[in-house]
Amino acid sequence: MNLDAKTPSGPLAQKWDRHLIESKLVSPNNRRKFEIIVVGAGLAGASAAASLGELGYKVKCFVFHDSPRRAHSIAAQGGINAAKNYQNDGDSVYRLFHDTIKGGDFRSREANVYRLAQVSANIIDQCVAQGVPFAREYGGLLANRSFGGAQVSRTFYARGQTGQQLLLGAYSALSRQIGLGNVTMFNQREMLDLVLVDGHAKGIVVRDLVNGEISSHSADAVILATGGYGNVFNLSTYARGSNATAIWRAHRRGAVFGNPCFTQIHPTCIPVSGDYQSKLTLMSESLRNDGRIWVPKKVGDKRAPGDIPEDERDYYLERMYPSYGNLAPRDISSRAAKRVCDEGRGVGASGLGVYLDFSDSINRLGLDTIRERYNNLFDIYKEITDENAYEVPMRIFPAVHYTMGGLWVDYNLMSNIPGLFVLGEANYSDHGANRLGASALMQGLADGYFVIPYTIGNYLTTALGKRPPADHPEFRKAEDEVNGRVKRLLDNKGKRTVQSFHKELGKIMWDYCGMARNEDGLKKAIELIPQLRAEYWENVNVPGSGEELNQSLERAGRVADFLELGELMCRDALDRKESCGGHFREEHQTGDGEALRNDDDFGFVSCWEFKGENEPPVMHREPLVYEEIKMAVRNYK
Amino acid sequence: MHKATHFFTSSIGKKVIMAVTGLILIGFVIGHLIGNLQIFAAPEVINSYAHFLQSMGPGLWAVRLFLLAALVLHVWAAVQLTIENRKARPRGYDYDHTIQASYASRTMRWSGFIVLAFLLFHLAHFTVRIGPYDKYNEMTATITHQGQQIEVLDVHSMMVIGFQSPLVSLFYIVAIGLLSIHLSHGIASMFQSVGLLTNRWRNGLANAAIAISVLYFIGNALIPLSVLFGWVDIQNPSLIASL
Amino acid sequence: MKVRLKVWRQKNEQSEGGFQTYDTPELNPNMSFLEMLDVINEELTEKGEEPIAFDHDCREGICGTCSLTINGKPHGPHRGVATCQTYMRSFHDGETITVEPFRANPFPVIRDLIVNRAAFDKIIQAGGFISVRTGSAPDANNLPVSKEVAELAMDAAACIGCGACVAACKNASAMLFVAAKSSQLNLLPQGKPEKDSRVLALVKTMDEAGFGNCTNQYECSAVCPKLISEDFIARFNRDYIAAGFRSKFSSASSVSAGS
Repeated sequence: MNLDAKTPSGPLAQKWDRHLIESKLVSPNNRRKFEIIVVGAGLAGASAAASLGELGYKVKCFVFHDSPRRAHSIAAQGGINAAKNYQNDGDSVYRLFHDTIKGGDFRSREANVYRLAQVSANIIDQCVAQGVPFAREYGGLLANRSFGGAQVSRTFYARGQTGQQLLLGAYSALSRQIGLGNVTMFNQREMLDLVLVDGHAKGIVVRDLVNGEISSHSADAVILATGGYGNVFNLSTYARGSNATAIWRAHRRGAVFGNPCFTQIHPTCIPVSGDYQSKLTLMSESLRNDGRIWVPKKVGDKRAPGDIPEDERDYYLERMYPSYGNLAPRDISSRAAKRVCDEGRGVGASGLGVYLDFSDSINRLGLDTIRERYNNLFDIYKEITDENAYEVPMRIFPAVHYTMGGLWVDYNLMSNIPGLFVLGEANYSDHGANRLGASALMQGLADGYFVIPYTIGNYLTTALGKRPPADHPEFRKAEDEVNGRVKRLLDNKGKRTVQSFHKELGKIMWDYCGMARNEDGLKKAIELIPQLRAEYWENVNVPGSGEELNQSLERAGRVADFLELGELMCRDALDRKESCGGHFREEHQTGDGEALRNDDDFGFVSCWEFKGENEPPVMHREPLVYEEIKMAVRNYK
Repeated sequence: MHKATHFFTSSIGKKVIMAVTGLILIGFVIGHLIGNLQIFAAPEVINSYAHFLQSMGPGLWAVRLFLLAALVLHVWAAVQLTIENRKARPRGYDYDHTIQASYASRTMRWSGFIVLAFLLFHLAHFTVRIGPYDKYNEMTATITHQGQQIEVLDVHSMMVIGFQSPLVSLFYIVAIGLLSIHLSHGIASMFQSVGLLTNRWRNGLANAAIAISVLYFIGNALIPLSVLFGWVDIQNPSLIASL
Repeated sequence: MKVRLKVWRQKNEQSEGGFQTYDTPELNPNMSFLEMLDVINEELTEKGEEPIAFDHDCREGICGTCSLTINGKPHGPHRGVATCQTYMRSFHDGETITVEPFRANPFPVIRDLIVNRAAFDKIIQAGGFISVRTGSAPDANNLPVSKEVAELAMDAAACIGCGACVAACKNASAMLFVAAKSSQLNLLPQGKPEKDSRVLALVKTMDEAGFGNCTNQYECSAVCPKLISEDFIARFNRDYIAAGFRSKFSSASSVSAGS
C-alpha cells in the first residue's frame, strides 16, 4: 500500500508556503461545478463547509444533530493555543510547533505540526473578526492564560466556554453561507456508508433520522469531520451521540486507520457514581494548582476523609514525583490514580476515586481566595455530587476524553482513498501519542479554515466532470447494504438491549485497553470482543421500526461499529510494544514506572487496513522522519 | 428598502405602539385624576376647571381625537398581539406553571378589556351624559370667570350625585382597581418595549410602577368613597329637590 | 427513591399525542433526570415496548440539545441549569412528575419529547453573523474592545440555543434568543457595520417563523440555563427602533448596504 504523506520538500519553515504555491487552483467559474460533501459540523466541519461555500463550491453539509451548532466541540472549556506572542514572553511558531511535537511524544508528523503552528495565529484573527468574545485585558487587547506543556502564555479563551464560542463563530459563518445558498444543510442525517466509484470517494449514503429514509448523495469529494471515537469506552467525557460510524464505514471501504490505540485519558473527572451512569464530567485541570491528591495508606480504609489522620494519608503524586507533585502531566497522574485504586486504596463507594483536597490551600490562602479562583468549578461539583468541596475533599478519577488516532491523511488531509478528506479529531495528524491542552480547537479550525480550502484543489483539478449521478449502481449497492444492516438489527429481536452491550464493551476496553495496557490483557480483549460482537448480532434487541425516529436503532448501528473498532484498538495497542504518550504498556516502563519509548522500532504511524469482517486487519507503516528536531525523552521528575 | 409599515406591523413595532400609546393614555389618566381631585376643593374650583376645558372648543376636540386614536391603536395592537400569541402556542402545557410573571402582566387582556367597557359607561355617564344621565345637563352652578359671574355645568354636583349610587361607585372602584393593576405592569413594561430599561433600574422602576399604581388607585377611589361616606357633599341642596 | 412519570408520547409530527404514566424502579438520587429516563427506557425495551424518545447529547449543559418541560418548567426545577444537569435528588420520593415537550408552534413535536428547533437556525441564517471571509481578517489586536464590552458580549454569547426561553414564554416568543445573538454582535465593533440590517432581518425572520410577541414578563430569563438577562431584549428593542428610523431617514444606513 502506498501511504505517501506528500510532505513538501524544502526547509520545514517553508514547506507550507511552498506547498501553497505549488498547489493547483480551481478557477472561480469551475468551482460551482464541484459539489463537496462535508459530514459533521463541529469546528472542523463547520469551518470547512463555510470556507468552501464562500469560495464558490457547492457544499452539502450533513449532521446527525438537529442543528449544526450542537457538535461536541462546543464542550471544550479551556482555550485555544496560538503563536501570537502577544504576551512578549518569547513565543513563536517554532516554539508552539516544538511544544506540540514534544507533548505528542514524538509520534506526529513534523511538517503537519509545523503548519498547524503557522496558521494558529490566523485562527485567532478570523475568530475575532467573526465576533467571538474572547477574554480581554483592561486595555482592550486580548488576554491569554497558560496551559499544560508550555512555558509561555499563548492560550486564548472565552470564560470556560471557549469551544462553544469558537463553534458558534464557525456556525455563524456556516449559517451565512446557508442563507446565501452556497451550502445546503442536512440536519438529522446520519452517514451510514461511503460510496466509492472507480476507487474514488464520490458520495455517501445517509439515513434521515426523523423518517428513516435512506438516501444517496453524490459529490466530487467527501470530507469527514466527524470527531473522535472515545465513546467506544461507553463512559467518557464525550457527548452521548459522539460516534465512530462515519470514519468506521470509510475504514471498511478502504480508508486506513492511523494509530487507533492512541487515547487520551484526563485525570480530573468526577468519578462514576453508579451503574446507571451515562457520562463523565470533566473538572478543569487547573484545580490541581491548589488541590492535593491523596488516598488512605491502608487498603480498604472506608473512614470519612476527615477521620483519616495526616500520617495515614498517602499524597502519592508528591511522593512519586517530588518535583512536579500534584502538577504531574495528564497521562502520568492518570496512571498513578489507577495504580492506587488497583491496590484497593481508592475512595468513594465504588473505590474508583482519589481525593483532591483543598483544605491545606484554604488554611494557607483563606476560603475567599479559593472561592474566587474556583467558585464556578466547586458549584458544578456540588450540582453533580451534592457534596461541598470546601468542606470535604473532591473525589476525582481519570476518564477517556480524546482520541489522537483516526483516519490516516496525507499533507493535503486526504486519506488513502482519493477524494476522501478527513479533518479535525477524526483524522490522525497532529497530536501524535498525546494531545496538549488547548490544541484540539486549534487543529479543528486550522484544518477547516486554513488547510482544506487550499489543499482540496489538488484533488479537484483532477476530478472535473467525474461526479457520478446518485443513482449510479455503486450507490444502489451501498444503499442495499445499509438497508440490509438496518433490517438485520431490527429483525433480530434478541434479549439484550444495545446499552447493555455498549456497557460490556466499554468495560472490556477500559480494563484492557485503558490507562495501562499489557500483552495478556490485550490478548484477552481481542478474544472477548469478537465473542461479544457475535452475541450482539445474535441477541441484540432493537425495538421500533426503521421508518420513524428510532433512537435505539441509531445507537445500535453505532455500537455495532464500536464493537469492530474496539478490537482494532486492542490489536494496535498489542502491536505497539513501547509506551508513548497516552499509550502505556506495562512491559515497557523504566525502573520507576515511567513510559519507555522505543523510537528505533516504533517511530512510525501504524496504519491499519481493513481486510473484511472477522479477518485480521493488516498493518502498514508510515515512518516518522524528523528532519528538524531530535526525539528526546519527556522527563517530568 | 425597509418600509415604515413593516416596522409597525412587526412584533417589536406593535410593542412600540403599545408602549407609546400606553404612555399617552397614562398621561391622560393621571392628568384626569389630578383634575378630578379638585373635587376636594371648593365646588367652584372644579367647575371652573371643567368650564376651562369645555371652552377650548376645537382644541378640546383635537385632544379628544388624539386620545381616541391612541386608544384605538392601543386596543388594535393588543388584539393583534393576542391573536399572534395564541397562534404561537396552539396547545398549552398540561402542567401550567408560572415562575415570575406578575399577576398584572398575566391579566393585561382582561383588565384592559374590562376597563374599556367601563370607559364606555364612564363616557356615557359623565362626558356625553346620555340615557338616564342627560338630566346632569340641567345642573348648573355659578363661577367667576374673568371678573364676571357666569353659569356653567355643575360638575361638582354631577360627580357627587353620580357616585351616590353605590352600584356606580362599586363599578368605578373595581374598574379603577383593574386599571391600576394594568398600569403596574404597563408603566414598567413600556420602558422595556422601547429599549430604555436596563438592569440598573429595572427593579426600581418595577417598584415605582407599583407605587404609582397604588397612589393612582387611592386617589381615584377616594372620590366615590368620599361621596359614599358623605365627606364630600353637594353644596347646593336645592338641586336634589329639583331632580 | 421512586417516582411516577406522566410523559407525553407522540408517534410523529402528524399524529395525536397523549400522556402515559410510568412508575420507575428504585432510583439513586444522584442520577441525572436523563439517566432516570435511560433507566425507564431500558426497562421498556426489555418489556418489548418502545422507549421514550428525548433529545440529549453532551449531558454537561452546553450543547443545548436537551429540552423537556418538567412540571411546567423548561429544564426542570433549578435556576440556571439545563435538564441534563438536573438530578433526581431535586424531587421527592413518590412524586408524580409531568414531562412534556417544549410547546410552541414553530417547534413542532417530531416524536414524544423531541421538537424540531430548526426555526432558530433559520433566524441565524438571516442575520446572526458578521460577514467576514475566511482569511480576510486583520490582526486580532488591531481592534481593541474594552473589557466591559467584551464581558457583556460574552454574557449574551453564552446562549446555548436550547429554546427554553420560547418554551417558558407565555406567548412562545423567541425574543431572548434573538436578542442575545443580536446583542453579542451589535455590541462588538466588528459587528457594528451590519447592525441595522442584522436586527431588521432577525426580527423579520423571527416573526415569519410564527413565534409570539414579548410581553415583558421575563419567564424566559428565569428558565434560561445560562441566565441570560432580559436586558438584552431591551437592548434589542432599542437597536430595532434605531434601525427602523435609520432605514427610513438616513442615507448611510447599513440596511441599504447590507441587504
